Amino acid sequence: MSEEKSMSEQHEIITGIEAPIYLKYNFTAGAAPTRFLAQLKKGKLTGQCRAEPGAPVYVPPRGSCPATGLPTEQEVEVSDKATVQSFTIVHIPIPGNPIEPPFVVANLVADGANISFIHLMSECDNAEVHIGQRVQAIWKPEDEWDYAMDNIKYFKPIDEPDVPVEQIGKLPVTGLEG
Amino acid sequence: MANLAAVVGIGQTSYTTKRDDVSIAGLVREAAVNALDDAGLTFKDIDAVILGKAPDMFEGVIMPEIYLTDALGCNGKPMLRVHTAGSVGGSTALVAASHVQSGTFKRVLTVAFEKQSESNAMWALSNPQPFSTHLNAGAGGYFAPIIREYIRRSGAPDEVGIKVAVKDRLHGARNPLAHLQLPDITMEEVAESFMLWDPIRYLESCPSSDGACAMVIANEELADKASKRPAWIRGVAMRSEPTMYAGREEVNPQAGRDCAADVYAQAGIKDPRQDLDVAEVYVPFSWYEPMWLENLGFAPKGEGWKLTMEGATSLIDGGDIPWNPSGGVLSSNPIGASGMIRFAEAARQVRNDAGDHQVPGAKLALGHAYGGGAQFYAMWVVGSEKS
Amino acid sequence: MKEIAIVGYQQSDCVSDAGALNEVELIIPVLERVFEQVGISNAQDVDFVCSGSCDYLQGAAFAFVLGVDALGAVPPIKESHVEMDAAWAFYESILKIRMGHADSALIYGFGKSSPGELPIVLSQQLDPYYLAPQWVDTISLAALQARLMLDQGKITERDMAEVVARSRRNALNNPHAQLKGDVTADEVLAEETYLSPLRKADICPVSDGASAAVICTVEKAQEWGLPYAVITGIDHIIESHNPGMRDLTDSVSTRKAAENAGMGEGKVDVAEFYAPFSHQEIILTRALGLGDDTSINPSGGVLAGNLMMASGLSRIGEVFNRIVRGEADRGLAHTTSGPCLQHNLVAILEKGEAA
Repeated sequence: MSEEKSMSEQHEIITGIEAPIYLKYNFTAGAAPTRFLAQLKKGKLTGQCRAEPGAPVYVPPRGSCPATGLPTEQEVEVSDKATVQSFTIVHIPIPGNPIEPPFVVANLVADGANISFIHLMSECDNAEVHIGQRVQAIWKPEDEWDYAMDNIKYFKPIDEPDVPVEQIGKLPVTGLEG
Repeated sequence: MANLAAVVGIGQTSYTTKRDDVSIAGLVREAAVNALDDAGLTFKDIDAVILGKAPDMFEGVIMPEIYLTDALGCNGKPMLRVHTAGSVGGSTALVAASHVQSGTFKRVLTVAFEKQSESNAMWALSNPQPFSTHLNAGAGGYFAPIIREYIRRSGAPDEVGIKVAVKDRLHGARNPLAHLQLPDITMEEVAESFMLWDPIRYLESCPSSDGACAMVIANEELADKASKRPAWIRGVAMRSEPTMYAGREEVNPQAGRDCAADVYAQAGIKDPRQDLDVAEVYVPFSWYEPMWLENLGFAPKGEGWKLTMEGATSLIDGGDIPWNPSGGVLSSNPIGASGMIRFAEAARQVRNDAGDHQVPGAKLALGHAYGGGAQFYAMWVVGSEKS
Repeated sequence: MKEIAIVGYQQSDCVSDAGALNEVELIIPVLERVFEQVGISNAQDVDFVCSGSCDYLQGAAFAFVLGVDALGAVPPIKESHVEMDAAWAFYESILKIRMGHADSALIYGFGKSSPGELPIVLSQQLDPYYLAPQWVDTISLAALQARLMLDQGKITERDMAEVVARSRRNALNNPHAQLKGDVTADEVLAEETYLSPLRKADICPVSDGASAAVICTVEKAQEWGLPYAVITGIDHIIESHNPGMRDLTDSVSTRKAAENAGMGEGKVDVAEFYAPFSHQEIILTRALGLGDDTSINPSGGVLAGNLMMASGLSRIGEVFNRIVRGEADRGLAHTTSGPCLQHNLVAILEKGEAA
């Protein structure tokens, strides 16, 4: 007996096992996002708000006005022109996204909306991108439109005056002049 | 009025990129046993276990408290699992405290952990969902635009973020448990480190760590008899707000301000910079130090960065209000545990048990954690005295 | 200690697939109804909010973060979350009230299990080194438990079928039930075996939906002028995770939790068990020694509809409903988590004195 080695001497120490997990889900977008995505497929950017005058407009809608917890039942079309609320220049790749760094990811508020969404900026000098800058959507060709925000390839700067910071997120659908 | 409760034992693991010498159960048990040893107790002395961690997808184990009960000596006792995103380590400590402060239990064990090496954290945090743009480059990509807006508003110079990155790593070099050990780090090195999410550089970001932290919390009667000095819980507060709503103040969120006001009122703190001796604050990206200095009322709006630049938050520079003497999240970041480490390090300070990163004579300390889109907050104030 | 009462409970209908609705859309209508029941306008009118949910049901991290969008949490609120059934959010809320940091609390749980295969998903809550890699699903583990019961002669397949038949008949009076009908044990026994020894009818359905409750101090309930049920006791206990380390034919932790919650201090008129499999209802009933004078699962229990992460709170809500309707003076609500009844919570509810 004494000559037998103990278990730990016989085997190498185990530092890990491979146990991959595969789970399949049938994802649904939600009722409010579905209405939003259906409009996107037609090339329209819409927002949603509570059915009362002056209620804030959410793009993209998620099913509620988070400040009040009430459903966003009313749909409104917003512009595909937007203002840069803030941005970052990303220097590392995003897992699962073919885009090559460095690229600009911006928080943009569409004219007529009261909250920013995240999207790419392109056709711009990264060093020139700034808060308050005006941009407009560059759409994919119509035959590629799907139920996806990716129907907009990216936003590019346009020749309009900057929006003062205190007005970002408050522009009507007609933009700065409206 | 809540019953008095105190931290009577603290245990941590060492923090590193990959703890391949222990299983998930081994990791949490290491912290738990260290906390029990520190308290001079065993699992038998514990009435309930409160476990916290961030999303289950980090390890791929659903509701891991179900499996970890055996390792945590919890069989035959209550087990509760908290999850409030990045603030979870702090929230878990607060939920554990409520077990005692409510008079329901005499002595409980609380543990928070993350074994991030079990999966790809960036994937787990933002796994691509259909119908949305896949541009969420992890937490850094989310917070970088908010930091940019802070810099615009405050006019703070570029060096502020760099200075915090250096300060917290120099603090971390005094803490043998810290993941990053960079005793020779310089401003130049940080400035020249790779830009990840402009304006956040590589060395201005937290690492990804494996680790666990545990505490034993006891009622007044048992804490009075504790073998080591207890850290008395003087105030507890939580606040939440939605991730995004029209007009939300993202740079200086109201939930953080309200949470701080609540916890200060309980602890009788009027001027946090003056009344507190030290703070352990959740700063995963260096710029969040000046931002939270303002949010937590240590500095007027727009002037947090001046405290940082003056060295007020540096233990090594002899600052009047050291922040993160343990090295903070910038030195070690097992996400689910990071909040509890802040709470535990605050308690170590007032127990005068923080080793080489002890703030001399610390009597009152703040522990802080935040999570989600800077929308979930948990804070406590601990003191060397009951009141 | 302060007396704490339940003053409101609402749930969605149990449906196998909530279709296009997302989590926040499942929660909002339930919250609206519970706010109306209690006479408040939103989460601002309570002192604390706590929820229960599980990211893996829908396969996305931070499911609960979306839930906050349903609350009206501006200005910010005191809020927390458990990655457990909302019955444990209920427990956390009670501690908050007992410690004097709240007089009232909103609790909600929600789950959308239909996007995934729930039994397979839940296999990943097992020990990640020894059990999860074998992908043992929850139904198989329960079948193993039922087999033990049958082979030891502790139950018969007819006993199980009778549990199912009673659930289906009771559910006829439950407007939220997913499975209901005037079914006999013989009809259940005539069904083919699905996963031996279990028939499909022995297994709870998978349901999408949410439930919500409001609790408060008895003083507050009286101030609000609401009918209420007093929570006279609550406790929960977890057992070893290793199924081989437990007597799977008994539930020691349920018995102990019930004792600690004060079950024995009076008659139990009604008991609502979270028993996702027919044989588990028998285990629980016997573990507590309940007899014919206790109405077991009058709602149909989770065999009639199982809102994952909300079903435990629903058990409490079902007992509350019966007490405030005057159908019972005292009741027991049970919740479980983990494989084969590993972790169990018991709450005792009693009729409050007339205001």
